[in-house]
Amino acid sequence: MNNALPAARTTPISRFGWLLADAWTIARRDLQHWRQQPGAVIVNWFFPIMIALMFGLLFGGAIAMPDGASYFEFLMPGMFAMTMFFGLEATMIAVNTDAAKGITDRFRAMPMNAAAVLLGRCVADMISSAIGLLILMVAGVLLGWRWHGPLTAALAAVGLLLLLRFAILWIGIFLGLSAKGPESVASVQILIWPVSFLSNVFVDTVTMPALLGTIAQWNPLSSTATAIRQLFVNPGWRGQAWIIDNAQLMAVVWPLILIAIFLPLSVRGYRKLGR
Amino acid sequence: MRKHYAGGTKDAGLNGFDLTVRRGSVCGLLGPNGAGKTTAIRVLATLLELDSGQAQVAGFDVTTQARQVRENIGLVGQYAAIDEIMSGRQNLIMFGRLNHLSSREADKRADALLEQFDLAEAARLPVAKYSGGMRRRLDLAVSLIVSPPVLFVDEPTTGLDPVGRREVWAAIRSRVADGTTVLLTTQYLEEADQLADRISMLKAGRVIAEGTPDELKGALGGDWLDIVLPLDTDKSVVMRIVESVASGPIQADDEANRISVPVIERTRALVTVARALADAQIEPQDLSLRRPTLDEVFIHLTSTNEPEAQLEPTL
Ligand SMILES: Nc1ncnc2c1ncn2[C@@H]1O[C@H](COP(=O)(O)OP(=O)(O)OP(=O)(O)O)[C@@H](O)[C@H]1O
Ligand SMILES: [Mg+2]
Repeated sequence: MNNALPAARTTPISRFGWLLADAWTIARRDLQHWRQQPGAVIVNWFFPIMIALMFGLLFGGAIAMPDGASYFEFLMPGMFAMTMFFGLEATMIAVNTDAAKGITDRFRAMPMNAAAVLLGRCVADMISSAIGLLILMVAGVLLGWRWHGPLTAALAAVGLLLLLRFAILWIGIFLGLSAKGPESVASVQILIWPVSFLSNVFVDTVTMPALLGTIAQWNPLSSTATAIRQLFVNPGWRGQAWIIDNAQLMAVVWPLILIAIFLPLSVRGYRKLGR
Repeated sequence: MRKHYAGGTKDAGLNGFDLTVRRGSVCGLLGPNGAGKTTAIRVLATLLELDSGQAQVAGFDVTTQARQVRENIGLVGQYAAIDEIMSGRQNLIMFGRLNHLSSREADKRADALLEQFDLAEAARLPVAKYSGGMRRRLDLAVSLIVSPPVLFVDEPTTGLDPVGRREVWAAIRSRVADGTTVLLTTQYLEEADQLADRISMLKAGRVIAEGTPDELKGALGGDWLDIVLPLDTDKSVVMRIVESVASGPIQADDEANRISVPVIERTRALVTVARALADAQIEPQDLSLRRPTLDEVFIHLTSTNEPEAQLEPTL
């Protein structure tokens, strides 16, 4: 009854082609999820806008900027960086759910390249985050945020944001594969907020106690936030520390370090799943 | 094969598991909860690494030739591994595409399978809304999108109603008819009896008995004489009668009012008991001889501590 079977699965020439095709098939799964459950993804995309409004309007009045600069213009780049970081949660939950439900095992027992599954996850999450970022930027513009530099610099800033997201993605895959179950996922979720606060996303680190301020400065999130504030020419109280002066460099170096650590760990975790 | 889980008990995992399945045959792997059935399947499906020993599937080594093994196997895991948010049809199409069917072929195959597994009506419903049996059937359908030469099925009918069970059996049988080699685990002895050519009984990560269903039933030695008694019978009298013919421990099922006696010389035992009962003025409701059920073999083997010693001479 099954004569219509795929004959050539792995002619070497097409192996890379199949990798891309399989990755796209797996990524498309997420797009289908969005269509089936539009509520969840829309909340996900609009949640950062709510945070921006909350901090910008409710707390913003109490935060005095030097030289009368606009707090909102300071805040929005921080929000962009934070949104990339928040993607951690989505990636981790998706990866962990698939592992727990046995879908990952089903993929692993199929004759496809392991990379296709991970690449599919990357593509889906990058698309989602790019859309989320776009929505937040549009909302920011509507609410009065502007970039003042050249368009190329603004695009470079977007590039840095997506690079950060890409790095976070591998942390998410690693944590999602390592988490024993929904409980461990939840405990990581709780930590996402303090990590965001312990950065210069919302306020300048000079206003923090010395030690915490230093930690916050070295937070990869801060480097990206500072770098894109510079590129967008938005206010961003320059400090004196090396890490701040070299923010644009570090906004590239940090993600690369994270990728160098977590990409191999994720691949190993995927192979060793279930030990 | 040996596999020890970090943090597992001594008996957990596989402890010298050994199995040969002839090409084109169906092997049933029977064992109580925690016997290591799923562990064995996961090792053979390249999902779990062995500590020591080796295994070949379709002629390929699971450790060194994992990719070739994956090209030759289908896996239906113990728990339905399907995407719950997508519809049944979307699942089938996705896995069809991952099996490198063209988009048209994948559509066609999805519809055929939905029809075959009686899921056509629910085809466009998200799987989260499926009943347990529907999920199981979809899960099996997914693994039948293409027909690999070797199929692993881990407890395919747990939680299915009799109709669903029959459908799953039919699907597995049709696959067997196509020449697929099937390794099936199950808790239901009837299922193994129905589907399997040979059965391996597993306990604490080791095969403790192996043979055709008939051989295993014969391994208990002889037949059983079942006596169903009227409610008010004095059982002690009956017990005294049957003790003289019993070749092993007698089992009394008080609820069914039935006494089961293992016997060796079947007709003589039957006649002796019938005559003695008549002399004692006891008229049984039923008196019959039968081969032991696999359940009895199973319970016998898995409840004893040194099962190997007991079975090997008879096999
Ligand atoms: N990841 C794990 N870590 C530690 N121990 C495990 C793990 N997986 C299984 N075990 C243990 O290994 C033994 C065999 O488990 P396995 O799942 O293979 O049993 P099974 O025969 O499939 O049982 P069931 O009929 O309940 O599905 C059990 O004692 C179980 O507790
Ligand atoms: Mg099991």
